[in-house]
Parts: sequence; C-alpha cells; structure tokens
Amino acid sequence: MPSICFYFQVHQPFRLRHYTVFDQDHRYFDDFKNKSICQKVANKCYLPANRVILDLIRKHEGKFKVAYSITGVLLEQLADYAPEVMSTFDALARTGCVEFIAETYYHSLSFLYSRGEFRDQIFKHMDAIETLFGQRPKVFRNTELIYSNDLAAELESMGIFDGVITEGADRILWGRSPNFLYKPPREGKIKILLKNYALSDDIAFRFSNRGWNEWPLKAEKFTNWVNQINGNGYVVNLFMDYETFGEHQWADTGIFDFLRHLPEEILRHPDNSFKTPSEAIASYPATDIVDVPGLISWADTERDVSAWLGNAMQSNALHEIYRMEQTVKKTGDKTLLADWRKLQTSDHFYYMCTKWFSDGDVHKYFNPYDSPYDSYINFMNIMNNMEKRCGKKPRGRKKSVETEQAANSII
Amino acid sequence: MLGWEFPPFISGGLGTACYGLTKAMSKLGLEITFILPRMIRTGNLSTHINLKTPGDIKGDFQSEWETQEIRNLKIRTIDSPLKPYATAHTYQDEIEEIIRSKQERITGITKDENLQDNGHYAGDMYAEVHRYAAAAVKLAMQESFDVIHAHDWMTYSAGVAVAAVSGKPLVIHVHSTEFDRSGEHVNQMIYNFERAGMHAADKIIAVSYLTKNIILSRYGVSGDKVEVVYNGIEKNGNGLGLGKIGISRDEKIVLFLGRITMQKGPEYFLGAAKKVLEVIDNVRFVMAGSGDMMKRTIELAAQLGIGSKVMFTGFLRGEDVRKVYERADLYVMPSVSEPFGIAPLEALNNDVPVLISKQSGVSEVLTHVLKADFWDVNEIANKIVAVLKYPPLQMTLKEHGNYEVRKLRWEDAAEKCKQVYNQVINEAVCV
Repeated sequence: MPSICFYFQVHQPFRLRHYTVFDQDHRYFDDFKNKSICQKVANKCYLPANRVILDLIRKHEGKFKVAYSITGVLLEQLADYAPEVMSTFDALARTGCVEFIAETYYHSLSFLYSRGEFRDQIFKHMDAIETLFGQRPKVFRNTELIYSNDLAAELESMGIFDGVITEGADRILWGRSPNFLYKPPREGKIKILLKNYALSDDIAFRFSNRGWNEWPLKAEKFTNWVNQINGNGYVVNLFMDYETFGEHQWADTGIFDFLRHLPEEILRHPDNSFKTPSEAIASYPATDIVDVPGLISWADTERDVSAWLGNAMQSNALHEIYRMEQTVKKTGDKTLLADWRKLQTSDHFYYMCTKWFSDGDVHKYFNPYDSPYDSYINFMNIMNNMEKRCGKKPRGRKKSVETEQAANSII
Repeated sequence: MLGWEFPPFISGGLGTACYGLTKAMSKLGLEITFILPRMIRTGNLSTHINLKTPGDIKGDFQSEWETQEIRNLKIRTIDSPLKPYATAHTYQDEIEEIIRSKQERITGITKDENLQDNGHYAGDMYAEVHRYAAAAVKLAMQESFDVIHAHDWMTYSAGVAVAAVSGKPLVIHVHSTEFDRSGEHVNQMIYNFERAGMHAADKIIAVSYLTKNIILSRYGVSGDKVEVVYNGIEKNGNGLGLGKIGISRDEKIVLFLGRITMQKGPEYFLGAAKKVLEVIDNVRFVMAGSGDMMKRTIELAAQLGIGSKVMFTGFLRGEDVRKVYERADLYVMPSVSEPFGIAPLEALNNDVPVLISKQSGVSEVLTHVLKADFWDVNEIANKIVAVLKYPPLQMTLKEHGNYEVRKLRWEDAAEKCKQVYNQVINEAVCV
C-alpha cells in the first residue's frame, strides 16, 4: 500500500563571468555560458523529461503525479533562453497532477544568515509560481534540503505551510523508516517528508553505474523493492535533481525508458499509488517526532552543510555577502538588489569547497572553475565591486584598508 | 649515480633532488656511489655533511667521502668546471677561476700533483663533457655496481661510456631539457648530447608528464621507455606556521625565488608586479636568485617605474632562504617551462602559499595552489592581489597546501626508481 511521492528539484545558477580585480563594470554574470548551459540542459533534460511526464499523466488518467521545485533563478533563465520549456511546465501545471513546491527564489542559504531575507525570497518565489502556474505552494523545501528544528519553527511561525521536505538522514532517524511522516519537536501543523535516500540514489546516482551489482536497473526490479515496503510505511519519497533524467544520466543509459515504464509497474499492484507531497500530508498522520538540533542536508556522504560552509573562504564569502544586506537595500537600486541576490545562490559557495578527496568527482562535475580558490577570488572581486556600487566604503574590518585604497586609486 | 651537483654545492633544484632521492634510496637499502663533476674547494664547506677534500682521481681514494646523514652513499668527485646551468661562454671564465683557485691551493696547501691537472682541462664544454666521461669510466672501473643512473645532459655521455665499458644497464633521469632552458633557441650541441643519451638509455625517468611529452615529441623516444617519477620534498618546514597570521606588518612581500633566466619568466613577474602596484601600494616584490637575465631584469624594473618596489637579493641559501620564506606572503613561480619545480614545494613546506604557472610539471601534482598561464600577466596580478587582500584565501591555501605537500615523499620517488632499476636489470639478464 505504499504511495510513491516523486519530487524533482529543477535549478541552474547564474554562473559568474571571469571577474578580475581590474574589472570595474557591473556585468557579473556569464550570459553566454548561462545561455548555452541552459539550452543544453533544456534539450537533454527538461524538454524530453517534461514530455515523458506529460504522456504518463495522460496515459494513467490522473493516477500518476509528481511535484517540482523550480528555482526563481532558473525560471528567469528559461524565460530568456528556453521559453519552450516554460510552456511545457505550464502544460504540466494544467493537468492538475503536478504540485509546485516553495523554496527560496534564489536557491540561497539565507535561512542561515538573515531571516528577513529568507522570508522575502520565499514570498518572491511563491508569487512567481502563482503567477506562472496558478497555484500557491503549501509545502516548503529549503535549499539543498538543509533543515533543522529551527527551520521547522520558522516555517511554523510563517503559518502558510503544511509540510516541509528534507533528507532522511540516518542520524536523525536512528533506525526508523523514512517512509513514514514525522513532525518536529515543537507542536504545530507542519509535517515532515523524508527522502528515502537509498531508493532515490539508486535512480539519481547508481542507475548507470556498471560496477553496481544491481545494474542494469529496470522498472520491474525497482517496483519489487518498493513493494517490499508494503506494511512498513506510508509513502516512499523519491526526491532528486530533475537533471537526473538526460543530464546526469544520459538518455543512452535508458533512464527515460525506466521513467516511462515505472508508473505502469508500480500501479500494477492495486494497493500502490502516486501522491504529491500535499496529498501525502493530507492522507497520513505523523507517526513520530524527529529531533534535528543541528543542520542536515542532502549533500555528499556527510549529509551536512560542509559543502558550503566547510572552509574559511566559504564562511568569509557568506559573511561578506550578508553583511552587505542593509547597505544594498538602502540604495533602493533594483538592479543592484537583484545582482546581490543572484550572488546568494548556494552554488557559488559550493564551488569553493575544498573537500575534493572524498567527494571529488561530483564536485568537479558541477564546477565551472579550475579550483575552489579561483571561484573564491572571482566571487570576492565581485563583492568588492558591489560594495563600491553601494557608494559606501567598507566599514570596520582592518583588511579593508587596502580595498579602500584600491577604490580611491581607481576612482 | 652520475650527477652535476650535490648539497651544499648547488645552484638550483637538481642538487636538492639528488640529495632527497639518494637519501630516500639509501633508506631502501640501495648502495649508491655518487660521482660529481664538481670541483670542491675547502674554503666554503658547509657543516651538515662531512666532506673530504677531493684529490686527483688517478691518485688514491682521497676523492671519496661519505656523508654522515646518508648511509650507503659514497660520493666521489672529479675536478671539473662543469656547472649545471652554465652556458658555453661562461665556461671560459670558470676555467680561469679554477686555475686561479688551484694556484691558491698550491701556495696554501702545497699539493704538488694538482699542478699537473691543469693540463687536463679542456678549452670548451664539449671537450669537458668528454673528459668527465673518461674520468667517470676510470672511476667506475674501481667500483662495483648494478645500474648506472645519470642525471641530466652533462652526465649522459659519461653514463653511456660507463654502460659501454661495464655492460650495465643505463637509466637516465631527465630533470630538464634544452627546450625548457632555452625555449626554441636550443644549443645544438647540448641537444645532441641529450638525444644520444636518451636513445642509448635502457630506461628514461622524467620528472613530469610535461617533460615526458617533450621527450617524446622533441627527441623521438618511444613512450614505453619513459617513466614519470615525480620529485618529493623533505619535511623540514616548521609546519605549524599558521602563527604568522595576525602579525600585522606594514608591507606585504611577494617572492620570486629561482634563477633569473629566461626559463623562469622573471619579466612576467615584473609585469604582474606593475599591475598589482596599480591597485595596492604597500607591497614589495623580492627577487631572490641570480642568473644571466639578472641585469636585464633590474633594468626592466626601472623601466617599468617600479624599481623602488622590487628588491634583488642575489642567490640565497640555507638560513637566508628560510628567513625569506618566513617573511613572504606569497611565492610566485611564473616559469615559461618548468619540468618539475621543487621550489614551490619548499615554499608550501614553509607555509607560504604559491602561485605557479600552468606550464610546470609540479602543477600536475598540486591542487591546493593558485595557477595561471605564465603569459597571462593580468591573471597573475589578479591572483597576487587576491592573496594579499583576502586573508581567508591565504589561510586556506596554507592549510591545505601544507597538508598536500606532505604526501609528496622522496621515499615514493625512490621506490619507483628502484622498480625501474629492477626492470632494467631483469631485462638485461633476459637478453
């Protein structure tokens, strides 16, 4: 009787252009690269995957359902570079079998640094989703599934969400199953959906791995695994990057065929069903409390935030950008504000990660820079320029004296 | 083993490499006789190795000395003015100086047989290489050994000669090629020595894939003959040097340490310095080293109008090197072509972050460093400024760089050389 809850993360950052200390203009983003990547991923993933999902929804007459979280920064890029993708998402929205999840518009780490900014970005995202797809999200997912008790409390106090999505990390479950719904320690209406990382990663990471003893993975085999849960759980949460289909796992691995056949196999068993996150939350009670005092995420083997906050450069860069919040906002300059917010996207900090030796391959694959040091230098050079745009000299910190001198000598 | 230089008589990375490699090899139980084409003067001996004054090779075993630090290593020297980085026209000066110093010794120490030696010095490098080869053969006949290991072009002929006489397999170790040292303006004579040595060798050890590629493409050697063995580094830095952070100094120091020659790209260093100074004022550029471009480089600094910000220290060794590292905020190696480059490892060992050119062998093994194309002066300057301006960058580079450099050990290099030896010995037996 388990339900399957498919949820796809759809995101591309605004990548930065090579920006040296000698650059003085305000063009921070690599439009050419962003356009070509956006169009490449649209052709390899978004368009074919949307087509498959749309066909499946029609074929199964409302029994196949999925959920998406599309970041604001990607929506902007799609509108400019691949508008045809927008219309296919619109078609999906009209089927009534697709739920859109809320997150921070800029895919940011603002929850950790500025609660005001965090809320602003959520509202901006929800407004965008409502305008584009005609539904106001009721479930929230934080950037990279970063979660803690504090996040649940913050969402509860906002009063607009029924649930939140995060990682079914071992260290918060203590042997319990991720296939039940949970609630945070503090009383409230929010329920927690936990990612079944074993089954999710079978698709997202291991699908094409020929060294894996389950290779090749077929829909029948996967359905077997799902059916084994019968009686021990309500819902199997399969959460993954949408780019899994066609981009991380290329079409020739058979990933689209897998997707095409999976609903049929799952629905063969009369007890099985597909549910969106909101439906799962409405259908099932929370069975237990999960206590998450520290931060978790869905990244790397550590399932923590060390991919964004693991070294001095990352914490410095994050500190610097949020230190500028009031200065930027006071200028009333909308372009400046948008630039500042695009720079908050978590990817920029991920590129600065130095944990190369254990998680090296994944980090390198997504990294447009040769090294984490290059990405930090680039980011900080832009920060410096932005600070000058605010018309204010950097305050307080001793190291900024040179920045000031530099600013003076350039002006 | 046939080499050019050995501490403390060094002018570049080769001596350091031979020292580290032989030390690690002796730990593996390999017995090494090291033959140097160097004249050693009693006046300027340093203390950390027990040296004996070399006598005439035709004489008794006076030319033999053993180090205290390295067991299993015997060093023998041949009086010769060969110098690793010399060019043909500096050779003549060298000869004259040797004759002069011999005369001093004669008056001071009174060793008559040295007088006769003067007649043996040939008038040009070409002949000198052959004279060294002949002397090495004589020495080799007094020794027993299984493999001949020759370091860089000046010893290749000696290696080939010893191999021919003894019938033992020859391994040549390429630390640098003529294309690295001279760009496209190669000295044909040196190239011929290198090419002949490479083709005569049973196996070639290259210090990086960069060098291996040059050996394959420029010298026409087949790929399966060339093994890459990266250099290592001895752990001798303070290691805990993070203490440097927080000490506020008025002036930042950016360091160039190496021979000031075309190969090392001193003009790119100055070009970047000029750009850095447009943005940051309180920084000084230190160029430690000497070389044939020194004069031109000093003039260039003046031309660029940054003369007061650039300091030339001349060639540094030992304690002075340590001191300059202690003061430096960043080490820059803008080499045009660097087969390996041990100096950046030493800088990291001393907790100095490094910026190296992508055209260096060492960039194949280091990830926690900054890299730029040697010609991209703008990018070099951009990265220098970043290191001086953003303390967390310097900190992270130090932290990870120091850790990474510890994994490059001479023991591993020695082990690989040993494998190469076993290979050539076995092949020799089969044939």
